Amino acid sequence: MIKWGRLTTFFVLVVLIFGIIFSTSKMLYTRIPLGLDLQGGIDVLYQIGSNGQTVTTSDITATVAALSNRINVLGVSEPQIQVENGNRVRVDLAGKFNQLQARQFLSQEANLAFKSPTGQVLMTGKDVKDNAHYEADPTTGAPDVAITFKDAAKFEAITQKYLHQRVSIWLNNKMIDDPTIQSVISGGNAVIQGSPSVQEAVNLAKLLNAGALPLPLHELSSMTVGPSLGQAALHATLIAALVAVILIFVFMILIYRLPGVVAVLSLCAYIYLVIAVFAGLQVTLTLTGLAALVLGIGMAVDANIITYERIKDELRNGKSLQSSVVSGQRKALRTILDANVTTLIAGIVMYWYGTGDVRGFGVALITSILVSLMTAVFLSRTLLQLLTRANLVKNSWLYGAKRKVAASK
Amino acid sequence: MRFAIVTRRKWFFLLSGSITLAGIIVMLIFGLNLGTDFKAGAQIQVQLNQSFRSAQVQQAFSTVGLSVPTGAVTSAGTNGQTAVVRLGTTLTATQEAAINTALHKEFPKALVPAEFSSVDPMIAKEQSQTAIWAVALASLGIVVYVAIRFEYRFAVSGIVALLHDAFIVISFFALLRIQVDLPFIAAVLTIVGYSINDTIVIFDRIRENMKAAKVKTLRELEELVDHSLWQTMTRSINTVLTVLFAAITLFLFGGSSIHNFTFALLIGLVSGAYSSIFIASPLWVVWRSRSFGKSKKKRAVA
Repeated sequence: MIKWGRLTTFFVLVVLIFGIIFSTSKMLYTRIPLGLDLQGGIDVLYQIGSNGQTVTTSDITATVAALSNRINVLGVSEPQIQVENGNRVRVDLAGKFNQLQARQFLSQEANLAFKSPTGQVLMTGKDVKDNAHYEADPTTGAPDVAITFKDAAKFEAITQKYLHQRVSIWLNNKMIDDPTIQSVISGGNAVIQGSPSVQEAVNLAKLLNAGALPLPLHELSSMTVGPSLGQAALHATLIAALVAVILIFVFMILIYRLPGVVAVLSLCAYIYLVIAVFAGLQVTLTLTGLAALVLGIGMAVDANIITYERIKDELRNGKSLQSSVVSGQRKALRTILDANVTTLIAGIVMYWYGTGDVRGFGVALITSILVSLMTAVFLSRTLLQLLTRANLVKNSWLYGAKRKVAASK
Repeated sequence: MRFAIVTRRKWFFLLSGSITLAGIIVMLIFGLNLGTDFKAGAQIQVQLNQSFRSAQVQQAFSTVGLSVPTGAVTSAGTNGQTAVVRLGTTLTATQEAAINTALHKEFPKALVPAEFSSVDPMIAKEQSQTAIWAVALASLGIVVYVAIRFEYRFAVSGIVALLHDAFIVISFFALLRIQVDLPFIAAVLTIVGYSINDTIVIFDRIRENMKAAKVKTLRELEELVDHSLWQTMTRSINTVLTVLFAAITLFLFGGSSIHNFTFALLIGLVSGAYSSIFIASPLWVVWRSRSFGKSKKKRAVA
């Protein structure tokens, strides 16, 4: 006798799963942050200060602050700045922007100093307000950078003290201007002359606004990917994923029939949940991470295969369909757990020990194992039991057993 | 009548042993073709979208004042229309921009900006050390887990099979002169994870069958393990097939930057499926049989 209650629950679950998948997956997918290998961008690892130099915590904090200011000025969204290994900082910028300009701008020094004729530092870039801007010189038309001092009174006192003397302006330990103070200046406004081009003056103004780097930065490694190249890689990998998923689905249904269909349902849930985890936790998806997820589908299928082979074993031993499903699933669970924990160990080592690509792969591997345990074990289990207990199907051939076995029942 | 695997173990040990030995010889003679990640310098990978000659690429680089030795230009991708250029020194942002322009001039269909990576010698050295440690730590973690959940003999047999797989992949890369970079390490670690996963499923069945049976002789042990292997054979084959579907499609359609990565996976997955059946389990039989071999022999002599 068919038990309609269970059968209805089964179909309600299926409709519910697909309902959620179709209504929210697109929204979730667009929220996943993509790594620079999938949308283009730059990744630069800097060493703070020179070799062997001791770098204090405040130096690092100031460097990170200066870098994020500079990225803000560039207008690149969602930058990632990470301190690695004590004296290193990694900057990840993804998306479409001028890569050449960005990379030059990030590590460019902007140490401004105003010095007395005897070489004493009177003011630095820190005393300047962040409203520096380009200005054409009123008389010569040469490119200038107009600045305002935070403390107008201090500047006034300096101009008074060094009236008719030369106060030099230094940028990165190079003198760029050496004007004679003609009169006492109140109001705190000044002009830096000597920029070779308008572009350089604009750049200098931006750098002054972003603030100086406390210590020089030295590029240890860098990676740049063009935006169109990144998109091509994303496109290619998604196509590969689609083909792989279709092949696996067809294979599972051909080999395992009815449970194969259940496996396909739970794999759809797996793919959806993985997308949800990446979007929810804002995990950056990289190219190797995407490959790990596609491979993860293959591994998630394994849990189903182990279970279905167990069920076939139980059927061969002469058990009834229902008890075969129950005991097959129970026996398979321990195997699946042991097998997945070992792979999980490899994933954790990758996450914990690796950087960049390897780490991204580790995150994806861990996610795919945990999600596949949830879907391939618990969801697939529930669905198959509902279906079996509904008594709709009595033919064990539909469970992947051989015809001979089915006939002898 | 099914094919007896365990009693033919000598042949499988011989096969794997000789592949491994060949791998060692190749590695000693040629070494690995280390990529920028492990051997400082710069690498440029660009989809030219047309067939090309190395000389054309060298020409493009020479216009921006970079001399590229002949062997430093290789082709990649499924259709060989992607050029990979290796340089001994790191590149500045300005140089990269100049290279993009030069490449676009020489190859109008090229996808620029290209992919650049530059690595300082200090980082290269650290990354190679980290890679070795990562594989070692992952293996150690797995040994400990399997030793706790099963027994130490299973753990060590599993690890031998796992290292065998990692080594076969490394040998292939040494032999075919394919570049070894950071994603390659991720591939090796995946193989490590997959290989042990595959082995555990078989070991689990052996353990279960051992509980039910009282095995006293080598002959009985061989029979039991053979039976376990054949019980899990369909699963072993079906699982490796589905994972291979994924790996093959990634290899064929997945874009040129993960080509080497997926190639490593392909070899490793096949080797992993093979070693779980033909190496790990027979190895365990040899070791396990020693425990009752001693007492048995004494009685036989008496």
